[in-house]
Amino acid sequence: MILFDRDHWQEILEALAKNKLRTLLTAFGVFWGIFLLVVLLGAGNGIQNGVLRQFGGVATNSFFVWGGSTSRPWAGLKAGRWVMFDNDDTAAIRREVPEVGILAPRASRGMPNVVRGTKLNTFRVLGDEPAIFGIESLRIVRGRFLNELDLAEARKVAVIGSRPREVLFEPGEDPLGEAIEIGGVSFKVIGVFESRQLGGSAEWQQQTIYVPLSTYQQAFNYRDRVGYYAATAAPGVSAAAAQEKVAALLRKRHRVAPDDRRAVGGYDIEEEFRKVQGLFTGIHALMWLVGLGTLAAGAIGVSNIMLIVVRERTPEIGIRRAVGAVPVWVMAQIVVEAVILTALAGLLGLATGIGVVELVAALLPAAGTSGGPQMFQNPGVEPGDALRALTVLVAAGALAGVAPAQRAIAVPPVVALRSE
Amino acid sequence: MIQLRGIHKSYWMGTNRLHVLRGIDLDIAPGEFVAIMGASGSGKSTLMNVLGLLDNYDEGEYRFDGELYRDLSETRSARIRSERIGFVFQSFHLIPFKTALSNVALPLYYRKVPRRERLGLAAEYLARVGLADRATHLPRELSGGQQQRVAIARALISRPRILLADEPTGALDSQTSREIMAVLQDVQSEGVAVVIVTHEHAIASMTDRVIHLVDGEIASDRRQQRRPALDVPIPGLESTPSRIAAAS
Repeated sequence: MILFDRDHWQEILEALAKNKLRTLLTAFGVFWGIFLLVVLLGAGNGIQNGVLRQFGGVATNSFFVWGGSTSRPWAGLKAGRWVMFDNDDTAAIRREVPEVGILAPRASRGMPNVVRGTKLNTFRVLGDEPAIFGIESLRIVRGRFLNELDLAEARKVAVIGSRPREVLFEPGEDPLGEAIEIGGVSFKVIGVFESRQLGGSAEWQQQTIYVPLSTYQQAFNYRDRVGYYAATAAPGVSAAAAQEKVAALLRKRHRVAPDDRRAVGGYDIEEEFRKVQGLFTGIHALMWLVGLGTLAAGAIGVSNIMLIVVRERTPEIGIRRAVGAVPVWVMAQIVVEAVILTALAGLLGLATGIGVVELVAALLPAAGTSGGPQMFQNPGVEPGDALRALTVLVAAGALAGVAPAQRAIAVPPVVALRSE
Repeated sequence: MIQLRGIHKSYWMGTNRLHVLRGIDLDIAPGEFVAIMGASGSGKSTLMNVLGLLDNYDEGEYRFDGELYRDLSETRSARIRSERIGFVFQSFHLIPFKTALSNVALPLYYRKVPRRERLGLAAEYLARVGLADRATHLPRELSGGQQQRVAIARALISRPRILLADEPTGALDSQTSREIMAVLQDVQSEGVAVVIVTHEHAIASMTDRVIHLVDGEIASDRRQQRRPALDVPIPGLESTPSRIAAAS
């Protein structure tokens, strides 16, 4: 097997070393092609990471279902009636819709005043179940999040975002165990969170105060009502399908026309996510196209040079054939030379490209901290991409070698020997 | 060993047919030392190429040990060349970036002989042509005579049945020519048939049989008592350099 024989390598390396400048110039074309490809892919990944970061770890199979006013009469009820969910709906969904993974009923109404001593501001206050922690992307920095006991006992506890903490507490002051007044009701702070999202969505989320749903319903005269549902689809189920099931059930329970999207509406992040991902698939493809184009130019360069080399080496090839080189061997040698040349140069380009991408990644501010370009995060080259690039390289090298190799054996040995 | 019967060969130069070989009948026995002579264009080089399977022929039969060689694929003829035929060329045709030793070892590389064995044999054959101390030299570091010896060693290393030498002394001075002929006489004495193309009578006189080609046909084929290559004065070789002798 030609690839595993030291002799062949020696033959090939001798031939390559014979003309260093030629080897170098040829190699540079390929080097540049693969270098560009890698840097482009790395940058593409950086942009992708930056944009996907906006989703900030929000469960991408999550969806929301809310109530509104009916758009048309149904089952003897007139249009314009408001649909409101309650705890029975929650129980019904849990019982009857196995397509739902996590279900988090939520109560929220406006931005109540929150007071501590002389400090006051309005914040977004949500009545939630602990399950919401699996849907929204929060990082607890002090204390803990809501738990089932808080919910069962309707404890007056609150988990506050970093914004209320800044406003209501002195710097360095520990908010845990402290009391704050929300809408005139006293709550004990049990935890502080930060958002894992970026930019505007993070700022919005960090103004939030989470309290147990049960407490919220009691304290703010919400009775057993639920504002809307946040949920995730069960594994293997699409968010859209799960959302449709939940909405259908709720429409039935509230006597709403089965297709009344205004009365029971919803939204799933998965669809949004898919759109963005589709965009990046496009960008990715474009980058491969550009990179491959450059690479192809490099490979054609190799092929060209090999053609010249074959012409230069016609006498040598003639000699080899006179002393017994079978055409297949002559071809194999030239093809392997081309592959080696491309592969070596390509590896170098790959390594340099990855180096540059990693360097940029190291120089960028770490993800999650503020500052730095938010749309460009963690550029990097995936091992799969690197492997694909390498495969393409070797294939390009082989293709680059074929035409020259055929030229080499097309000349009869007599002619080859004479052409000195 | 070799039988040629009615070999014809033409080249086409545009629309002009150049009939180079016009019915060659020739037998070469094992261990013969033959010189083929003739003016330029008499077809002697073409005959060599046909003998060496470097070129096809149009008509006739070429048998080697009774086996007909006709319309061989390039792969097949390469194999036969590597097993049975050695070549020596006027301009040596060594690979310029390989050492003398690697050049000699090259045919064995194509016969898949392991490297160690190959290089060992190459050293042996280099020693036989008196160049043991030049093994690591590149061709350009060797004199013409030395390069031709390397080429002979390379031709012999695959133990051919016949050695074909096209003007082996054409680029060498008279003393070196003698040395090369002495080496070829040596080779022949070991049972390898040697066929040389030359237009120097002095060189031809060192062989056992001289064939004259005229216009692609054998004009004469005569056996002779050969002169030894060394130690004995040979008319036409001593006084003038070989190239001048050839031109006269």
